[in-house]
Amino acid sequence: MGSEVSSAVGEPVISSSGLVKRFADFEAVRGIDFQVRRGEAFGFLGPNGAGKSSTMRMVSCMSPRTGGDLRVLGMDPDTHGPAIRARIGLVPQEDNLDRELTVRQNLHVYGRYFGLTRKQVRAKAVELIEFARLTDRADHEVEPLSGGMKRRLTIARALVNDPEVLLLDEPTTGLDPQARHLLWEKLFALKQRGVTLIITTHYMDEAEQLCDRLVVMDAGKIVDEGSPAELIARHVTREVLELRFSPGDQHNAVDAVLDLADRVEVLPDRLLLYTADGDKAAACAHDRGVRPTSTLVRRSTLEDVFLRLTGRTLVD
Amino acid sequence: MTATVEQPIAVATGVVVRPWRAVLLRIEGQWTWYRRHWTASLLSSGLQPVLFLAAMGIGFGSQVRPGPLTGGEPYLAYVAPTILVSGLITIAVAEAGLPVLSGFKWKQDYWAVASSPVTPGQLFTAELLWITLRLVLGAALYLVVTALVGGWTSPGALLVAPIAILTGAACATPVMAFAATTKGDGHAFAAVNRFVVMPMTLFAGTFFPVDRLPEVVRPLAWISPLWHGNELARGVALGGLRLWPALGHVAVLLGLLAFGLVLGRRCFRRRLVV
Ligand SMILES: Nc1ncnc2c1ncn2[C@@H]1O[C@H](COP(=O)(O)OP(=O)(O)OP(=O)(O)O)[C@@H](O)[C@H]1O
Ligand SMILES: [Mg+2]
Repeated sequence: MGSEVSSAVGEPVISSSGLVKRFADFEAVRGIDFQVRRGEAFGFLGPNGAGKSSTMRMVSCMSPRTGGDLRVLGMDPDTHGPAIRARIGLVPQEDNLDRELTVRQNLHVYGRYFGLTRKQVRAKAVELIEFARLTDRADHEVEPLSGGMKRRLTIARALVNDPEVLLLDEPTTGLDPQARHLLWEKLFALKQRGVTLIITTHYMDEAEQLCDRLVVMDAGKIVDEGSPAELIARHVTREVLELRFSPGDQHNAVDAVLDLADRVEVLPDRLLLYTADGDKAAACAHDRGVRPTSTLVRRSTLEDVFLRLTGRTLVD
Repeated sequence: MTATVEQPIAVATGVVVRPWRAVLLRIEGQWTWYRRHWTASLLSSGLQPVLFLAAMGIGFGSQVRPGPLTGGEPYLAYVAPTILVSGLITIAVAEAGLPVLSGFKWKQDYWAVASSPVTPGQLFTAELLWITLRLVLGAALYLVVTALVGGWTSPGALLVAPIAILTGAACATPVMAFAATTKGDGHAFAAVNRFVVMPMTLFAGTFFPVDRLPEVVRPLAWISPLWHGNELARGVALGGLRLWPALGHVAVLLGLLAFGLVLGRRCFRRRLVV
């Protein structure tokens, strides 16, 4: 192999500074700095078009950077693309399975590109078909499989070379809840084995469950970074009071509740009041004659952080 | 973070394979596909030159008397070598067009390859060799059938196949490059067939000598790769090939192959590395 396998846990396997991706005259990634440590689960959150996939594609050496610096496994993707790709796994946002081959053949053929012997890919395919729970479809063509099954196969295929770093671009889009939870378990098991995970997702619960650390991206920039708990503590209050209205009515109540919370978020069918004590705020709102169709007090989540950092309808 | 906890280190099993091995592995992948789908593809491409031979060489040829125009040979022997050349060009251009575009656009398997250690340049080379293998298969089939119906008149016929395969491969490369730059649905390939391949098949010396053409359009035949392949193929099959013109024809075909190879590798890289 000839590649020096670095062994220290916690050292950066990926580091970027001032990373830029430009398509013609459009800047999709606008100078981002981040580091991912070995064995860590690292997340990219952000709205559509934030530049998450563009970043993932640069890290997986599919797409050359336009500017800045990037190191993956200690190597420069510009000069060591194949060597890096040999040691990482990529689950692209859109499946690119060979639909005219069987499930098993997809794994065989792809595994061979990584220099695995026929014997190795045969054994690996059995294991991964099990992993993807496609045993009864193993020798069927991919084309008629359901979207979720194809997704599971794409994820399994990315594991064919036992990657040290696994990049998952919206891995659970299209999966049913059971399959999602199962995948989380599997990803957690991979992490236990020392695999570094890099995940983009639009599911905040997923990010909270899986990620040790994450960055929130918006319009090509990183707007904040930290662990889920850190981000929640930094940007939102402990509790949220949700006042739900028939769509449209919520605007009339804004003025009455504005001073009851640190911050009020106006959504199409509800108001979110960020406050340390949700019950107290609810009582006050009631005293002032605010009559929502329902109220709910809950703990703040990443969802609220996401709204705060990338949201549009902000009332401070 | 506590430094005392020993965390396991994942070690990948993937390696970078040597360039030629990468090319072979991709061909192996194509072979896996072909084993599932060979019947349709053999019927559509492999048999085409044989059908042309039957229709033109045997059917139409029965009405043509050997004469000075055919160099005194039966018409079947006259067209047997050139039908193979033109047939393989048709197959090569077809395989280099839509299937290659599909690799980027519909089948999308090229993107999967691009995320492996195999490089776009290696992928291109493999796709070209894979097309060439299909040409070899088509040529072998044709060689046998033509021999059975007595279309070969000298042992020089054995050289017809490599000439036809070289001509086909040379024509495949620029089309592959074109396919790699095509963003649309590939309607342009129909135009390539209609305005390049078809006229070339009809007028570049496959069925009758180019000097029967009006003087003004003859240069069009001369610049077509098919004419160079035809001159070589008929020359070795019927005899009478002279050294210098032969070297010239080979040089043209190799030149086209090299040009398309460089261009194609670049276009594959441009398309896949964005
Ligand atoms: N090949 C390309 N050519 C031109 N523009 C591109 C290309 N790829 C991405 N972009 C643009 O870059 C921006 C970021 O895209 P990207 O796919 O990275 O976003 P994302 O954060 O992954 O979004 P999503 O959540 O929708 O997947 C978008 O505006 C997109 O249109
Ligand atoms: Mg994306």
